[in-house]
Amino acid sequence: MKAPRFLYVRVASLVEALEVLAEYGDEASVLAGGQSLMPTLNMRLSSPKVLVDINRIDDLKGISLDGNMVRVGALSRHADVMTSPIVVEHLPLIAQAYPFVAHAAVRNRGTFGGSVALADPASEMPACVLALNATLVLDSKAGGRRNVAASDYFKGLYETERRDDELLIEARIPIKAAGEVSAFGELSRRHGDFALAGVAMHGTVANGVITGLRPVYFGSEDRPVLGVATAAAVEGKGATEETFAAVNVALGNDLDPLSNFHADAATRLQLARVLTKRALTSMVNGGGVV
Amino acid sequence: MTELKERHEITLTVNGETVTRTVEARQHLVDFLRNELQLTGSHLGCEHGVCGACTVRLDGEIVRGCLTLAVQADGAAVETIEGVTETGEIADLQETFVERNALQCGFCTPGMLLTAAELLNAGKPATRAEIRTHLSGNYCRCTGYHAIVDAIETTNNKRLGTK
Ligand SMILES: Cc1cc2nc3c(=O)[nH]c(=O)nc-3n(C[C@H](O)[C@H](O)[C@H](O)COP(=O)(O)OP(=O)(O)OC[C@H]3O[C@@H](n4cnc5c(N)ncnc54)[C@H](O)[C@@H]3O)c2cc1C
Ligand code: FES
Ligand code: FES
Repeated sequence: MKAPRFLYVRVASLVEALEVLAEYGDEASVLAGGQSLMPTLNMRLSSPKVLVDINRIDDLKGISLDGNMVRVGALSRHADVMTSPIVVEHLPLIAQAYPFVAHAAVRNRGTFGGSVALADPASEMPACVLALNATLVLDSKAGGRRNVAASDYFKGLYETERRDDELLIEARIPIKAAGEVSAFGELSRRHGDFALAGVAMHGTVANGVITGLRPVYFGSEDRPVLGVATAAAVEGKGATEETFAAVNVALGNDLDPLSNFHADAATRLQLARVLTKRALTSMVNGGGVV
Repeated sequence: MTELKERHEITLTVNGETVTRTVEARQHLVDFLRNELQLTGSHLGCEHGVCGACTVRLDGEIVRGCLTLAVQADGAAVETIEGVTETGEIADLQETFVERNALQCGFCTPGMLLTAAELLNAGKPATRAEIRTHLSGNYCRCTGYHAIVDAIETTNNKRLGTK
């Protein structure tokens, strides 16, 4: 179908973008890569009055190493983040997850910030920023800049801490420290489709023992979920059958998956258990995609 | 900042030629190419990003033409299947598609060719699994993909001189 009518403005700077958002608030939609927004317009699931095209704000693009964190500008394209040497070296979890995000042509256009701003519950990047304890930077004309921890950012189905007049500017993601390991696993019907179940995990491994694990589940509920009980069950343990048994119980407490026509709750919980076992096994062997 | 309005004048190059038009903001790039410029090689299957029939190049990279607004292409360089056919850039691939029966109805073919061209341009060996992954965003309802993968694999190997 065709998109409904709207007014379009292409802003040249952050200041201009914040001006327009301050004026139009919830009547405006930010247009980043358009890879999620345009389908909803074409299907007439949304009809904003104003589209604010931020694609030419160069300040919002780019990936840089800043002390012990990596700054990923909101407008960095998926394809650029995926292949960035900084990301590959310092944020292995994100490098592991990216091949699962959509398809080549969608990654050329879609943005890291758009993914995080949208907060699709089956999406990979929201889960990764939560697993890596990232800080998200928001900006507005009225309130100025503020930092929000990823753990406070995701509120519900497509609901986040971001106000309508705010723009997501960048993510600040702690780099992998010595001894830290990541693992990522996802099950979907077709490569690049949204996950039926997925886990992104990060933690410390020494002599086969895992500590400080942050396992985040996506494609499960209305937002990415940190497996608190699962982390406790793994703390100080190795990847053994005993740990897996404890994890299977813990996951039942952590997750309450949604059922839909793609998969029901019991299937999703089972898939999460399978993925967790694989991921933990991978963690003690250096991590990677499972 | 452009003016905040519904109709915008845009100037872009399409297959190397400069064009200027006034477009409605809501018009996507493929409707612009098909309806304003009569370039009907770019197809519309789903119009919501899933099938890849609308694939075009924007500033050298393949994108979904149905998820890009024409107004966003202001100042950009757009290339379509007509353009890359004319330059001969993928003549070998097109030849091999015919040889291998990699198209039946042809609806997906322009998108497939442009997507495959990106892989070929990387100039690296690619396994069949890697080719399939790269094509994962393009649907074909006729061929079952096997022949398409054959054609791309053959062309890539030929270009790399490995077969
Ligand atoms: C066929 C297909 C398959 C896909 N598969 C996957 C997948 O497997 N995994 C996955 O994660 N995604 C997938 N996607 C979605 C894709 O990753 C999108 O690029 C992403 O979800 C949104 O990023 P965008 O830049 O395209 O944002 P847009 O579509 O432009 O915007 C999305 C939303 O975020 C808002 N927004 C965007 N940027 C900002 C900002 N800086 N500040 C505030 N608000 C902002 C917009 O207003 C809009 O509401 C798929 C898309 C398609 C078409
Ligand atoms: S028409 Fe654009 S992806 Fe299907
Ligand atoms: S040849 Fe008919 S859809 Fe591919």
